[in-house]
Amino acid sequence: MKKSPVSMTINGQPVEELVEPRTLLIHFLREQLNLTGAHIGCETSHCGACTIDLDGKSVKSCTIFTLQAEGAHIRTIEGMAAADGTLHALQEAFREKHGLQCGYCTPGMILRAWRLLQENPDPTDAEIRFGIAGNLCRCTGYQNIVAAIKHAAILMAGAQQKEAAE
Amino acid sequence: MNEMSPVPESRQDREAKLEGMGCRRKRVEDVRFTQGRGNYVDDLKLPGMLFGDFHRSSYAHARIKSIDTSKARALPGVVAVLTAADLKPLKLDWMPTLAGDVQAVLAGDKVLFQNQEIAFIVATDRYIAADAADLVEVEYEELPVLVDPFKAMLPDAPILREDIADKTEGAHGQRRHPNHIFTWEIGDREATDLAFRNAAVATKHLIPYQRVHPCPLETCQSVASFDKIKGELTLWGTFQAPHVVRTVASILSSIPEHKIHVIAPDIGGGFGNKVGVYPGYVCSIVASIVTGKPVKWVEDRMENLSTTAFARDYHMTAEIAATPQGKVTGLRVHVLADHGAFDACADPSKWPAGFFNIVTGSYDFPVAHVSVDGVYTNKAPGGVAYRCSFRVTEAAYCIERAMDILAAKLGLDPAELRLRNLIKREQFPYLSALGWEYDSGDYHAALNKALDAVSYPALRAEQKAMQAAFQRGETRQLMGIGVSFFTEIVGAGPSKNCDILGIAMFDSAEIRIHPTGAVIARMGTKSQGQAHETTYAQIIASEIGIPAADIMIEEGNTDTAPYGLGTYGSRSTPTAGAATAMACRKIKAKAQMIAAHLLEVHHDDVEFDIDRFVVKGMPDRFKTMKDISWAAYHAPPPGLEPGLEAVSYYDPPNMTFPFGAYICVMDIDVDTGVCTTRRFYALDDCGTRINPMIIEGQVHGGLTEAFAIAMGQEIVYDEIGNVQGASLMDFFLPTAVETPVWETGFTTTPSPHHPIGAKGVGESPNVGGVPAFSNAVNDAFTFLGSQHIAMPHDPWRVWKAAEALGLQG
Repeated sequence: MKKSPVSMTINGQPVEELVEPRTLLIHFLREQLNLTGAHIGCETSHCGACTIDLDGKSVKSCTIFTLQAEGAHIRTIEGMAAADGTLHALQEAFREKHGLQCGYCTPGMILRAWRLLQENPDPTDAEIRFGIAGNLCRCTGYQNIVAAIKHAAILMAGAQQKEAAE
Repeated sequence: MNEMSPVPESRQDREAKLEGMGCRRKRVEDVRFTQGRGNYVDDLKLPGMLFGDFHRSSYAHARIKSIDTSKARALPGVVAVLTAADLKPLKLDWMPTLAGDVQAVLAGDKVLFQNQEIAFIVATDRYIAADAADLVEVEYEELPVLVDPFKAMLPDAPILREDIADKTEGAHGQRRHPNHIFTWEIGDREATDLAFRNAAVATKHLIPYQRVHPCPLETCQSVASFDKIKGELTLWGTFQAPHVVRTVASILSSIPEHKIHVIAPDIGGGFGNKVGVYPGYVCSIVASIVTGKPVKWVEDRMENLSTTAFARDYHMTAEIAATPQGKVTGLRVHVLADHGAFDACADPSKWPAGFFNIVTGSYDFPVAHVSVDGVYTNKAPGGVAYRCSFRVTEAAYCIERAMDILAAKLGLDPAELRLRNLIKREQFPYLSALGWEYDSGDYHAALNKALDAVSYPALRAEQKAMQAAFQRGETRQLMGIGVSFFTEIVGAGPSKNCDILGIAMFDSAEIRIHPTGAVIARMGTKSQGQAHETTYAQIIASEIGIPAADIMIEEGNTDTAPYGLGTYGSRSTPTAGAATAMACRKIKAKAQMIAAHLLEVHHDDVEFDIDRFVVKGMPDRFKTMKDISWAAYHAPPPGLEPGLEAVSYYDPPNMTFPFGAYICVMDIDVDTGVCTTRRFYALDDCGTRINPMIIEGQVHGGLTEAFAIAMGQEIVYDEIGNVQGASLMDFFLPTAVETPVWETGFTTTPSPHHPIGAKGVGESPNVGGVPAFSNAVNDAFTFLGSQHIAMPHDPWRVWKAAEALGLQG
C-alpha cells in the first residue's frame, strides 16, 4: 500500500516518517517508532491503555489514524520523566501510593492523569474518578490510583510554589 | 571491621534496613512500569518477524464442507495459510487439554462454537493478516445448536463431539451421554440422605453462577521463533505457568524439552486467563517452523472474550438440612457444569470440578455430599479459575447464598446463623465432611470484628426502619446488607492431591548469594502484577538478613528459573514462597558454619540475629551476612564447599486456608434497579503478612473484580450460539466511577505448616466478595418473600426481580 509522509512532534522531538494511510497511531508509535509504553487493550476506545496526549487532549491512539496527527504535538509516557532521568511527580506518586500492579494500564493512566491535573490542579476524589473513567484498570480497583493522583497534585503544586518562590 | 564500629546501629535500624516481611516496601517493578519500560509480549520485535491471525467460525455448530484459502494466499504480503489439513500430518490438528480431553487446534470437519479457529494466516504485518483472514471462504452445513446445558443430556440432543461420541469412558470415569463429560462425586451420600430425612428444616434452591471471563487488560499473545539450524524453539508468551507450557510444547511438537526455550516476560494481568494452552500459541509455533521466521500472534479483545478461557457457568442446586435452632446438619449440592465444546478446564488433573468440595465453607457440617456433572455445549471451552482457586468462588458463592436462604427460612439474622455454625477455633486442624483438613482459623473473632467495624446492629435497625417506610409508601429505596464468610483453599498443592498432566504441583526457589552479598533468586512461579520481585525479596531479607534492595528476583525464563508450576490459584506464596524460605534456611545453615569458623567458635555457639551471626551472649562478637558472603568465596572453612547458594523444591504438606468476613451495604432504587454500594468492609486473614501494602492492593483489585462479576458481568449466548457479550461495550469492566470505595481490615492466624505461616491472599477478595455483593442485593428483597435473585445484578435484572415481586406498580 502506498505510503504518505507525516510529520509531528513527539515528546519534544520532530518526527518525519512515511506511513500507510490506514496505520493507526498506536501502531505507528509502537511499531514504527518503538515507543512501546502505550499499550493495546481493546482497539475499540474503551480501555484507554493506549492513551496519549495530543495537542492538549487525552486521546486514545488506537482509534485515530496516524495521518490525522499531522502537525500535532504528542506526549507519551516516554516523555514524562525529565531528560536527566528524574521521574515526573505522577510517576513517583503512582509508586508511592501503590497505584499500579501489572503495569499495563499505567502509561495510559498516567498520561490521562497528567492532562486531568493540567485542567484541574486540585481535584476532589469524585473529580478524579470521573476524570479517569475512560481508562480501565483490572488490578488495582482504582482506589490507590485516585490516591496517587491526589498525591501527585500535591507534589506538583509544591513544585510550582517552589518555582514561583525562586 | 564491624566489631570495631564506634556507635552500634540499633536493632530497629538494622531491621528496618532489610525491608523484610511485614514492611510496606515500595515495588521494584514500578520503576520500569511507570516509565512505560515494561517488557510485554507485544513489545517484542524480532528481525523478519511475521504476524499471525485467525479466520474464525461464523457458526456455533456446523459441518465444514470446504475451506478455500486461495484468495487469502494470493494477497501480497501473505506468507502462509494453515488449516487443519496442514496440521494433520504433523499430528497437531488436535491438542490435549489440561482436563484430559482433546481440543481442535484448527477445526477440520466441523465447528463447535462461534469464533472457533479455522485457518491461521501468516503475513508480513498485522493489517495484511487481518485482511487475509477475511478472504478465507468456508462453506458450512448448519447443525442444530446446543446452548442450554440443561438440555445437553436429553435423548434427542444434538451430538456435539463426534470424535468421542462412542466413548463411554472419559478422563474422569463413565459418560452417560455423548454430551456428558464426567460425573464427580464426593462425600457420604447415604449419611447425607439420612440427615435430610431427619431434618426439621430443609432448604433447596438452584443457585446459578453465570459464565464470565477474566479479561485481563493484556490479551493472550505469543511470539515463536524456530531456529532450523540448531533445531531450537524459543517461545515468548503470556504464560502464567511457563514451565508447564515448555513441557507440553515438547510433548506436542516432539522437540526435546531442552531445545525449547519458553519465556514469560512481563504479563499484563492474568486472573486465570493465561494458564491454559490455546490454539494461537500452537499455530504461532507451527507457523514459525513452516516459514522459518519468528511469528507473533496477538489476540484482539473480541477473540479474547469469545474464545480463550471463560470462567464459572456452574448451575448449583444447594440443599441444607438444619435444626429449628439453626444448627446445620447436612449439605447436599448438585452441579451442572457447562464446559463448552471441549473440556479445557484448568484444574489439577485429578480434579475435574476443581476444589469444589470446599463447598461446606466455614461451617461445621457433620455430613455432606456433592455431585458434579460436566456437559458439552456449543460454547467456547475454558472453565478457568478467574481470580480464585479452582472452582472455589463457585463453592463459596453456593454456600454463602444457601446460608442466607436458610437464615430467611428460619427467620434468623444471617450473621447470627453464621456465628452458630462457624467452625470453632479449638476445632482446628479441622477435617471437613468433604475431606479437606483446614489448617488454622479463628472464624468467630474475624466475623465479630467485621460486625463491629460496620456497627452491624445499627445497620439492621436502619434497614428495618427503611422497610417500614417502603411498605408505607414513603420511599422507593431499599437497603441490603450482605454478609459473607468465606474459607479459601489455595496453594495447590501437595503431590498427594495435585498434579498437572502427571507433574506434581510443587514449586521452587533457587537462591545464590554473591561475594559482595548481593543476591540473585529465581522461582518457578510467574508474577502477572502480584509484585513477586518485591515480596520474595522481603522473605529472603527476613530469612537471611540481606537488604531486599540487594536482592534481584527473576521469574519466567524457563532456561534459568528452577522448574515450577506457575502462578494461579493463589499458590505462589504457599508454594514458591515456602520454597524461598526453605532455600534460605539451607543457606543460613551454611552461613552459620562459616560465621563460626570466622569467629573461631563452635557453630552451636553462634546464633542468627537479624542480619548477622552473633556469638551467644556476646553481642559485640559477630559476622554480618555481608562478611559471611565474602568469606564463602574467599576463605571457606576447611571441608566446606565454596559458594553460598541453595535450591528448594517445596512439596507442601497441605493446602493453606485463608479466610475472611466481608460485609456489603447496598442502597437499591426499586424504580430504576440501580444498586449503589454504600459501604464495603473486607476483613482478610491470610496468615503472616509479607507486605501489607501489596495485600491491600490485592484486596482492592479482587473486590473490584467481585463487584464486576456480581453486578454486571456475563458472557451471553443467543439460542443459536452467537456470543453477544464479547466486547468491552457489552462486557462489564467497572470504571473508577462505579467502583466502590473499599475498607479493609485483618486478623492474623498463621498457617501452622507453612515455613513462614503465610497463606496467600490474591484471590480471597474475589471468592468472598461475590457472595457479599449478591447477598446484599438479595437481602434487600428478603423481607418481601424473595428467596434468590440470580446474578448479575445489573439494573435491568434488579428491576425485573422487583417487578416479579409485584413492586413495579
